[in-house]
Parts: sequence; structure tokens; C-alpha cells
Amino acid sequence: MSETATPSFPKHLLDFRDWNRRQVESLLETAQMMQEVLARPVKKVPALTGFTVATVFFEPSTRTRISFELAARRMSADVVSFSGTTSSTVKGETYRDTLRTLDQMGIDAYILRTDAAGVPYQAHSWLHKPVINAGDGWRAHPTQALLDAFTLREKLGSLEGKKIAIVGDILHSRVARSNAELLPMLGATVVACGPAPLLPGSLPGAALTTSLREALYEADAVMVLRLQKERMEKGLLPSLPEYIAAYQVNRERLGWAKPGAPLLHPGPMNRDVELEGTLADSPQSLVERQVANGQAVRMAVLYHVLVGKS
Amino acid sequence: MKGDVLIKNAKLVDGRGVHGTADVLIGEGRILSLSGGEAPTVLDATGMILSPGFFDPHAHLREPGQEVKEDLQSGLTAAARGGYTDIVSMPNTTPVVDNAEIVAALKKKAAQIKQARLHPAAALTQGQEGKVLSEAHQLQAAGAVMLTDDGKTNEDAGVLAQGLLYAASWGLVVSVHAEDAGLRRNGVMNEGSVSFRLGLPGNTGYAESARIARDLEVVRYVRDRLANSVSAQGLLHIQHLSTKRGLELIRQAKQEGLPVTTEVGPHHLTLTDEALNGLNPIYKVAPPLRTQSDVEALIEGLLDGSIDCIGTDHAPHTQDEKELDLLRAPFGIPSLEVCWPLLYTELVEKRGFPLAVLVARFTDGPRRILGFPPLHLEEEAEASLVLWDPHSQRPVEPQTFASKAKFSPWAGWQLKGWPVCTLVEGRRVFALE
Amino acid sequence: MIFKSKLLNEDEVRRALTRIAHEVIEKNKGVDRLCFVGIHTRGISLAKRLVDLVEKFEGKRVPMGILDITLYRDDLTEIGLQPKVRETRIPFDLNGKAVVLVDDVLYTGRTARAALDALIDQGRPSRIYLAVLVDRGHRELPIRADFVGKNLPTSKSEVVKVKTLEDDGEDAVELWEMEAS
Repeated sequence: MSETATPSFPKHLLDFRDWNRRQVESLLETAQMMQEVLARPVKKVPALTGFTVATVFFEPSTRTRISFELAARRMSADVVSFSGTTSSTVKGETYRDTLRTLDQMGIDAYILRTDAAGVPYQAHSWLHKPVINAGDGWRAHPTQALLDAFTLREKLGSLEGKKIAIVGDILHSRVARSNAELLPMLGATVVACGPAPLLPGSLPGAALTTSLREALYEADAVMVLRLQKERMEKGLLPSLPEYIAAYQVNRERLGWAKPGAPLLHPGPMNRDVELEGTLADSPQSLVERQVANGQAVRMAVLYHVLVGKS
Repeated sequence: MKGDVLIKNAKLVDGRGVHGTADVLIGEGRILSLSGGEAPTVLDATGMILSPGFFDPHAHLREPGQEVKEDLQSGLTAAARGGYTDIVSMPNTTPVVDNAEIVAALKKKAAQIKQARLHPAAALTQGQEGKVLSEAHQLQAAGAVMLTDDGKTNEDAGVLAQGLLYAASWGLVVSVHAEDAGLRRNGVMNEGSVSFRLGLPGNTGYAESARIARDLEVVRYVRDRLANSVSAQGLLHIQHLSTKRGLELIRQAKQEGLPVTTEVGPHHLTLTDEALNGLNPIYKVAPPLRTQSDVEALIEGLLDGSIDCIGTDHAPHTQDEKELDLLRAPFGIPSLEVCWPLLYTELVEKRGFPLAVLVARFTDGPRRILGFPPLHLEEEAEASLVLWDPHSQRPVEPQTFASKAKFSPWAGWQLKGWPVCTLVEGRRVFALE
Repeated sequence: MIFKSKLLNEDEVRRALTRIAHEVIEKNKGVDRLCFVGIHTRGISLAKRLVDLVEKFEGKRVPMGILDITLYRDDLTEIGLQPKVRETRIPFDLNGKAVVLVDDVLYTGRTARAALDALIDQGRPSRIYLAVLVDRGHRELPIRADFVGKNLPTSKSEVVKVKTLEDDGEDAVELWEMEAS
């Protein structure tokens, strides 16, 4: 039997620092194959039989954790899930001790979500096992960016030369940062837009603006981020009505983008805050595709990161 | 050519310079011609000077909530008598002007009063409490031209920074009352030889310069932070500059290209802390009257442009309030009706300050700070003008003021340069009989 | 790798496929409920040929699917690089069908075993047959082919390469030797 090998992949997915375009495109092709598996009546393949995968979520999240767990189970891995809230003191010790304890139970790979950036890197040095980052603080959320890219390509084809606008609280968003890292790798230009106190001074991979009009102008796709109430409480934003008046993506403003430009949202959505409710239900919204594709993408990630010797 | 008003034989002086005499025909709210024409109303302006209407970026009109001291009717009328066609009103009222509804209501009422035009400033933080940012976008949409917590000082640099970031993204200037609350120490007058001799708590000039220094660093931070996303023009406007040291800091910052502007009030150019020797709370103001060395430096700064404009900081209070003792009387000096004649007499007449520069500081300077286009005496320009008399001398008589605050530190001063007629968009809102 | 010899030429390949097609029709007693599923990569071209031949002989075009067995391999933890997951597409209902799995070479039997698991996850055929162009021996599992183009005894250091017109520009079966390391 002849076989074509994929390019070799790093044995972890923390962000896209040590990934190249070829690896990303190869992974997205694998995700397409996984879609077929998910279309079967029996949604299971034995590729990860005998593997034990642990989801270790120190920040609450239902949808991402379930998405990963299902992905692992569909690949026939055994899944263990740990959810913890961090204690307010000595967080580093809590993460390290928790992970080391779990490691005694024979875990083959970790899917990690933490409120502090960088813990996945630390985990890698504590555990010497594959780590998949499910979101560390504001820094990175690589599988989200992959499923966003996958969903966009489904709709738009190649992303080469396409303008993608990201709107919202960019400063605190790992979704924005990972997309700003990944989408230019696939040839797209990214414009990140939000109120000045919620916009970083600089962001590699993205042009920045406080003008919603400038961001949406002729955009091929619009990604809308969730606004968290804490931002008002921390004095970074005047009020919810002000945010809606100035930055809500509504039908009129979406008209500045290219006709039919798809809408993405990483969820969960504050209906009628960051996005006008009727738009969320319109055919332009790809939010449901994002969730479905998250499965296929995560299966592909598990395949590439876990299968084969390191 | 036919118009509504013809101003004959006026000398024209605006921010560009001193021009010759002309017959100015006004109609349809504009200057139709500088070479005469026909009009039903003819004003003989021989010996008088015509300038663009004065613009005050800083006045307290006390409405809503404090109408016993002043209201829009009395304040905007007083302004027109002082040659002002445009006033920025401060938001430290009761309630504070921090939402779009109040801004819209003020604009509507001012439009009906038909005196000087009103450009409301809104609070930088909700309630001016220094914690939560106000809704700048909605405030701007309702007509606010500036954000400020004036009345209070911005103690938290972090909040100021977030406020500047947000305001800059809408192109709104933020004004600050720059005084360090800690260094001020509840001083009722300038801390110096006079306060030490009189035994009154002093407010050191370093409270102002320390705060200006801090705020300039905040401006640097905001400018750098926005470098990739917004081109920030005038970010910060420092109100009522009163010290030589503060001026030095601002001059240096401007030389570096920092987007800051500043203003000075008529009282800080004509009075010193020696005035408190009379122990009259009429002279109690924040920031306080300083020393002669400060006065000289500020005049120099006004001349070289380090100071962008004159801001009256018109602060009316009731007679009862200003007759409280020096520790308890409120701070503030009203000056809308005397500001121009005072500075014309004291600076131009007595010191040879160039007239056109002074006019620029009353007209182009404030407009530039707010991002308005300049107004000059040319055909098709809006006819918002003041005709004033550089020759006849009259004393300051507070009892004749239109303002409810019928007192003045300059009562009895013999001044020239009194406005004779003020027009807003071609309509006469004030005319001396 | 070093080329050793050509085991089957173009004509011999074509004759082998013709014979397999006849045998399938005979075994199945016609084309009723018959379908072919080709295993990536060359099994697909071979399956297409068989479908064409069956149509030529019986006048009916039976359905065809393609199968990728990468996710069913039993050696995923041992190999170095990951093999590329390719398309599986069976655009018809497998239930009750007589499926002929088609591959180019039958060797250890592990690919066939994986293909059986992959196929059964897609539905419940009434019967599964295995057709290969070459059976080179050295079974490691109890697997046998129902239809064989050619039996070719080989040694473990040898590699059997099947070339098809569609994939390689010519029909041939070649024997190569792995270089001694």
C-alpha cells in the first residue's frame, strides 16, 4: 500500500508559533475528512483506541469542554474530565500540583484551559506529555481559530487576500489573538476594532482601529466577540447602551461590508448586545456551523498531535 | 447688493491680522460683501473695530440645578454683551451633565433663548465621580463638544487615561482642572509671602505644576497607545493655567509635539495674590491668583502661543455666598461681560500686546481646540461678529450686568474696548443704546 | 529501493482483472445487490476498472465507493509520521449489499482487516468479498482473498509495486528490493 505522509506536526498545540502554513492547511484537510466521519450513523473511528485523554479546565466552560470530549470519544480515546476553579492564592502551585497528581493516573495527553496565560507552556515542562491549549487567559485559543478558519473556508473558499474584521473587546480576547496569528498564515488580512480602552496598543498580524466603519468597510467576513459585563465594572467602558450605540454590529452597519459577508461569533452570544438579534438568526450567521465544525477540527487536532511517535 | 445690516466704516481685525476699514454688508446669516451695499439697518462704525465673535471654552452657567447663581438666559445674555457669540458650558451642575438627554435639553433651550450660542461640555465620568466613564459617543451625538470633570480634579490617573483613550477615538477633547488635591491642602489663596503673612491656608503653585506634569505623561501614554489605531489631534486641554512653572511644562511639551492645549483666564493676567490683602472673598478663586512673576510669564505665553486661548472660567455665585468668610466662601470669579475690554485695556492699550494676537486668542484659538473651523472676516463667512469701541472709556459697573452675579473684582476699573453690538449668524443679539 | 523485475505487464494485468470480474459475477450469481469499494489509493482505480468490466459483461453499472482506512490502522502508535487521512465516500446504502473490497496487494492482511472494520462502521452489508490484484503471502492475520489476480511468492525484504494507468501512466506489477541498511 502506498501512503502519503502529512508534514510532521509539533506534538502539542499551544498556539501557532511553531506551525507553518502547510501544516495548518494539512490539518484543515484532515478536518474535512473528519466531517465525513461525523456524518455517519456510527460516529466513531478506532484511531485513538487505548489513549487516555484528560480535559483539565480551570476556567468554567461547557461548550468547549464538551466539544473536546466528544472529539476524543469519537476517536475511541478514553476521556477523563477535571474541572476546577482556581484558588485566589498561589495559582501556580495549584496548577502544577493538580496536573502532576493527574499524571500519576496514566494520562496520555492533556487538554488544558486556564485563566492565566502561559500555563500550557509550563504544563509541558511539568508533564512531558502532549498538551492541547483550550484557552490560556487572554493569550491564545488555537482550536477556536482553526475552526473559525475552517468555517470561513467552507463559505469563502481560499482566504488569500480576504479581509476579516474582528469586533469587540480585543484587549482581553484570546480568540482575537489566535485568529490574528492564524488567518494571515492563510493569506488573509485581519482588522481588529473596538473601543479604545479595549484595544491593545499593537497586535501582530492585525491592523487596529477604533472606527467600526473602517473595520467593516468591504470586509469579506465579520467576527463578533462577546462583551463581558466586567468591563463596565472595571471602568473600561461607560455602559451597555453606549457599547450598543457605538459598536453593535447591526444590519445597517453590516451593509458596509461586502454583500453576504458571513458572521462569526465564538459564543456564548449576548443577543442584541454585540450582535443584533435578527442578524444572529439570519442566513449570514455561521455560528451553528462553527460549533459543528469545532468537532471535526478538534478530531483532526487530536489525530495530528497524538498519533505517531514524537 | 442687498442685505439685512450694513456696518459702515469699521476697522477689521481678526485672527489673521489688522486689515483696513470696510463697509460690511451682512445678510442670510453671512458676510455678503466687504465693499458695502444696501440694507435697512445701517450702523455707523466709524472709529470702531469689527472682529469675529468671541468664543469662550470655559464658563459655568449653572443650569440645571443652580439657577439662583446664573441660568442659561442670564448667562448667554451676559456673554453676548461681552462680545461672545459662542460659549462652552461646564457640566458640574445639579444633576451633572452626563447623559445625552440633558445635553439635548440644554441645546434646545439655548436655541430658543437666541443670545450667544451654547456648546455644552459633558462630564468625563458619570456623576463626575471619577470612577465610571461617561457615554462619550452618545453625548457627542447629542451635541457635547468637550468632556470634563471640571469642578473636580482627576485624581485617578488610570481613569483619566481610559477617559482620554475613549474620548480620542471619537475626536472629543478632554479638559482638566489640573491641581493635585493633596498638594492643594484646602488652600483658599496662593501659598506665598501674602498667605503666610495673612495667616490663610495656602494652595501652592506646585499643586498645579505637579498635576500638569502627571497629565502630560498620561497624554504621552495615550498617544503611544493609540499610535496604531487612531490619529489623535488635540487630546487634552489644560484649563485656567495660573503658574509660570505650569506654563514651562506645557511649552516644552508642545515643542515636542504633544497634543495638548491650554487657556488662561483674565484674572490670572491682571490680578495677583496681593489683591487678597483686602481680605475680600471676591478674589477667592481656584486656581488662586498668583504672583507678578506668574502674571508676566503668562502674558509672555499668551503672546508666543504656548497658551492657545483665553477662557473666562466665568464662575457666578450669589452675593450671599461671596459674603461668607474667606474659609467658607465658594471659589470663583465671573467675567463674561468684562473679559474683552479688560484684556484690551490692560494688555493692548497699556502694554502694547499685539491686537490681532489677542483677537486670535479669543477667536481662532478656542475654535481650534474644539476642532471647529476658524472664523475670519471674509466674504461668505458666517456673520457671528462683535463690533467694539477701542476709544470711549467707561468704568466697570457690576449693577448693570446681565449676569445674575452683580459683582466683579474689577468694579470701578476704567476700561476701553466695550462691545457695542454682537451678531450671531447675522442676527443682532446685543446692541448698546 | 532497487528494481528487480516486472512481474506482470500491461496485458497480464488486464487479463487478470477480466478474470476477476467474471469470477465475481459468477460467485455472486449475477449483479444483484453487487457493489465495489476501492481502498486508497490504487484499489480505487482497480475498483473502477472492475465496475467498467462488469458493466461491459452484464450491461449494468453497479455502484462504487472509496474507502480510506488510515483511522482504522492498528499501527498508528508505532509509525513515525502520520499518514494523511483521505476521503471516504460511499454514496449508497451498504445495508444488504454484496460488497467487493478491492485493493492492489494483499500482504500481512492488516489493511484488509482495517478495511473490514471501516466498512462495517458504515453499514451492514449482507456479504463482504475481498478482491486483490496480487497476493504476495506472509499473512499475519487469518485473512484470505476471495478473488486473486496473481499469486506471487515474495520475501520480506521485497516490495511489490502495482502501477495503474490512471495513477502511474502504465499498468504493471513490479518487484523491488529494499536496500540493505
